[in-house]
Parts: sequence; C-alpha cells; structure tokens
Amino acid sequence: MADHTTGPSPASGAQTTGHVWDDDLQEFNNPLPAWWTYGFYVTILFALVYWVWYPSWPVGAGFMTGIGKVTYVNAQGEEESWHWNTRAKLLAETQEASALQKPYFDRIASLPYEQVTQDPELNSFVVSAGKALFSENCAACHQAGGQGKIGFFPNLTDDDWLYGGSFERIHASIAQGRRGYMPPYGEALNAARIDELAHYVLSLSGAAQVDAAKVAQGKELFNSHAGACYYCHGDNGKGRQDIGSANLTDQVWLWANVPAAEGDAAKLDAVRKVIASGLDKGVMPAWQGRLSAEQIRLLTLYVHELGGGK
Amino acid sequence: MLKNFKHEKVETNAGVLLVLTMLAISAGGLVEIAPLFFIKDTMENVPGVRPYTPLEQRGRDIYIREGCYTCHSQMIRPFRDEQLRYGHYSLAAESKYDHPFQWGSKRTGPDLARVGGKYSNEWHVQHMIQPKSVVPESVMPNYPWLMSPLDYADIGDRMRALRVAGVPYSANKEEYQRNVEKFGADVAKTLHIPDARNILVAQAQEGNFDGDRASVTEMDALVAYLQVLGTMVDFSKIKPEDLVKYR
Repeated sequence: MADHTTGPSPASGAQTTGHVWDDDLQEFNNPLPAWWTYGFYVTILFALVYWVWYPSWPVGAGFMTGIGKVTYVNAQGEEESWHWNTRAKLLAETQEASALQKPYFDRIASLPYEQVTQDPELNSFVVSAGKALFSENCAACHQAGGQGKIGFFPNLTDDDWLYGGSFERIHASIAQGRRGYMPPYGEALNAARIDELAHYVLSLSGAAQVDAAKVAQGKELFNSHAGACYYCHGDNGKGRQDIGSANLTDQVWLWANVPAAEGDAAKLDAVRKVIASGLDKGVMPAWQGRLSAEQIRLLTLYVHELGGGK
Repeated sequence: MLKNFKHEKVETNAGVLLVLTMLAISAGGLVEIAPLFFIKDTMENVPGVRPYTPLEQRGRDIYIREGCYTCHSQMIRPFRDEQLRYGHYSLAAESKYDHPFQWGSKRTGPDLARVGGKYSNEWHVQHMIQPKSVVPESVMPNYPWLMSPLDYADIGDRMRALRVAGVPYSANKEEYQRNVEKFGADVAKTLHIPDARNILVAQAQEGNFDGDRASVTEMDALVAYLQVLGTMVDFSKIKPEDLVKYR
C-alpha cells in the first residue's frame, strides 16, 4: 500500500509525508501558517494564567483555589473576600445592584402608600419594577394585564375586591395568601331549593330576568338557618371582605360564569352549579418568604394601581 | 515494542483505534468528574433536604415518563438574571436524593427547580390539562390523561430500588429508627417502605392536589411532586456567604 519515501513530490516540489496510496496518491506535508502556530502557543499560555487565577486543578480533598478574589459584605456587615467563584460573584453583584435600588426602596418603605403614589419619580419606579415582578410571579394566574380568568383567578383591574382593595388588605393577600371556601349544598338542599336560591342570587344583581315567586322563596332560604347563605354573604348579599365571600349584588363574577352564559336558563344553571358543588379552591399562595418585604410592598402598590384600588 | 510502533498501525487498525480513542476521551471525563467524589465541599451541609414521600416519588416518575425534562430544567444557576426570575440558585444538596437528577440544560419552558409553592394546586391542574387556558402564549402540550387513576401497586418496589441506589427509605425497624434520628419522626414515617401505599393515599387525600378527594390520580402525584420542588431548604436561615464557601 504505502511506501515511506519522504521528500519533495516529484510532481509539485512540495514536501510529502511519504504516504503513498494507489501508486501515486501522495499526502502533502505543508507547514501550518505561523499565525496559527503562535496562536496555539498563546492558548497554552492563556490556560496557565487561567489555572493560576481561577479555581482549577483538584488536589487531594481540595483544589487549587486560584489567586483571584471576590469581595462581598457578610451578614455582620463586614467586607469579606473569598476565592473567585460564581456564587461569590453573584453575591457581590446582587449587593451592588441592591445598593443602586436602595434609595428607592428606602423611600418607598418609609413613606405611607398614598404618598408613594403621589411622587412621580417613585411611582415610575413602582410601575417599571412592579411590572417585572408581576409578570414573573403573578401573571401566570392573574394574567399579564391582571384581568384574571373567570372561573379561576380574580380580576385585579376592576374595583371589586373579594378580600378588600385597600393597601393594607392587598398587602395581606399577597404576603399571607388566601384560601377560598364555600361548602357544597348539593346534598343538604334538594334541586328545587337550589334553584330558588339561584333565582334570588341572580335577582340581586339583575343579571337575569327571573321568576319573582322563586326569588321570594330563595330570599327566605338565603336568610334562614337552613340555607345559611347570609352567614358569609351577609343578609343583603353584599359579601364580607374579612372572609372573602363574594358580593352577589354587582355584575362581577368569578366562579359562576354568568356573563358568558347565554340566556337566563344558562345563567341560572351556572349559579346552581356553584351552589350545589361549593368551592374548595381559590387558593392564592403566600409570597412571604419567596419574595422580600420590599418586593411585596412594591407589588402591593402595583396591584393597587392596576385598577380600582381603594 | 515501542520501537516498532508506527502511528500508521493505529490508523489502519479499527480495533486499536477504538480502544485508544476511548482511553483518551475517558481521561478527560475522569479528570473532571472523579475529583468531585473526593473534594469535601462538593455537597453543602444544609438542613431540611429529605427523600421524596411515596406520592411525590410517584409524581417524579410521571414527570420522567411524560418527558417534562425535555423542556424544563431543574437547575437555577448562580447568575443574577436567573436568581431574579427563579429564586435562589440550586444547591448540590437539594438533589442528593434524586436518581437520576433532573438538572437538564434545555429550557423551552421555565426552570422548575423552585416551582414548589409558587402556584396553587388548582393552577397546576388547569395548566396541566390545558396550558394555553392560563398562559395564552404557552407552547406546552395538553396532558389531560393525568386525571386518570394512579397505579401505585408497585410503589414499594420503586422505593426499594431507590434504596439500593442510596436513598434512605427504611425497610425495617432499625432503618426506620435511623430515619427518625436523621429527619424526625414526621418525615421518617413517610419514608417507611412497608407503609408506603397507605402513606401515599393519605397524602393524596389530605393534600387534595387534583381538586378531587375521592380518587388518587396521576395528577395528585405530579402536583405533589411539583409543589415540593425547591422548598425543602429554608434559605432565610442560611447566611449567603456560608454557601459561597462551598465553592
């Protein structure tokens, strides 16, 4: 196959490796360009510097830590250095970034909520920083614009609040989370009675044209110990924000999709379903711990501003 | 022998080339991986990390079965953008009972390392059945079949297999006792293989992850798993600089 005569090729005069296949197929041996060769040596030098500066080779139960250092502030507020690593670098960068935001956060924390909203500079900080926080943490449920999702997650852009729309109530909802509950009446009451209740509930907001006789019977049941709806929804059906029971007298619906139901029969059906099966959902996670106190304060302001904060 | 060795012999002998190539490649792997078994600071010493309960473990199996890892990583890197979006960077200790770990590097969807507690169970159920109904721009497929009953007859075998891999599930009294000392009685109870089925059903019913207390579904298991991800370590009790020193 191959013989091993090195030397210039008789045909071109170029150096060959001496490998010859199929009688006259030769392998040329051209030197690499100088820039390439020296470039290669530079990468070796770079590696040596890298090994000295950054953590590199393992040694026994440890490793060469390198002479590069990162300085950050420890929990006691003292400056501290550690050999270069991504965790130390992240800590230092985070502290640097928080120092930049600190003047804003300090002012937001020290001023009452109402005054923050009246300060144009702080307000624009709240809107821009709050939007990022909201998109990442809240939008999955309440949707990007805060419009919520009927049947699942409340709308934050209207002026109807299950748990209250004041700064303090919004803050509590975010920090501690919420849990909605309504007992199912499907077993306690028969279909006719649930139908009467549905008639009364829809009459409260005028959402549907309903039978007046059934409304009267529903009203009685609503306010009786058998129905006991008034325990939570109040005897006028306006709901109670301390326990998060819905106001039944307005046009805002979360669980029963009355607005989308076409015709009075469908609207009645939507309400009957909720009464019969109750609600064991409407959970809002608690954000204390996951988000910092500053972030929760910021989100409170942002959510308040979304719609009809009270 | 070396005197007669010619590079041409390697090039013209496929068997020799294969063996030498494998040797060369494994040298690189060994240098990178082997020392981590000996460096003492690889695994952070943090309290709270425990093996998954039977229900969570079963959910993890479903996570793998459905190929969730092809789009979701479970590894928050120590960068500012990731910290702002996903939370505290992942620790090695947090996946010490994962076999295999689900770190991944492909993020078509978001990282899930700290998704636990971020959304309600109800959101997860709705999102799993039809992701677009809650996240309109999502490209995640629908997984409606997760509402079917969970097969947990073999949960004991699954735990026994993991026990062989080093997860401290207890098979007898002594091991149970060791878990009580290590994790406390409440956790130890959930790691006891002989009781696994009862523990699984009890957690599914009490947690009501799928919104239906009556039946134990695959959704129960998967949501239970997702809700525990990244929640075992309480970072408010750890100084950030202490974690820096594990690197």
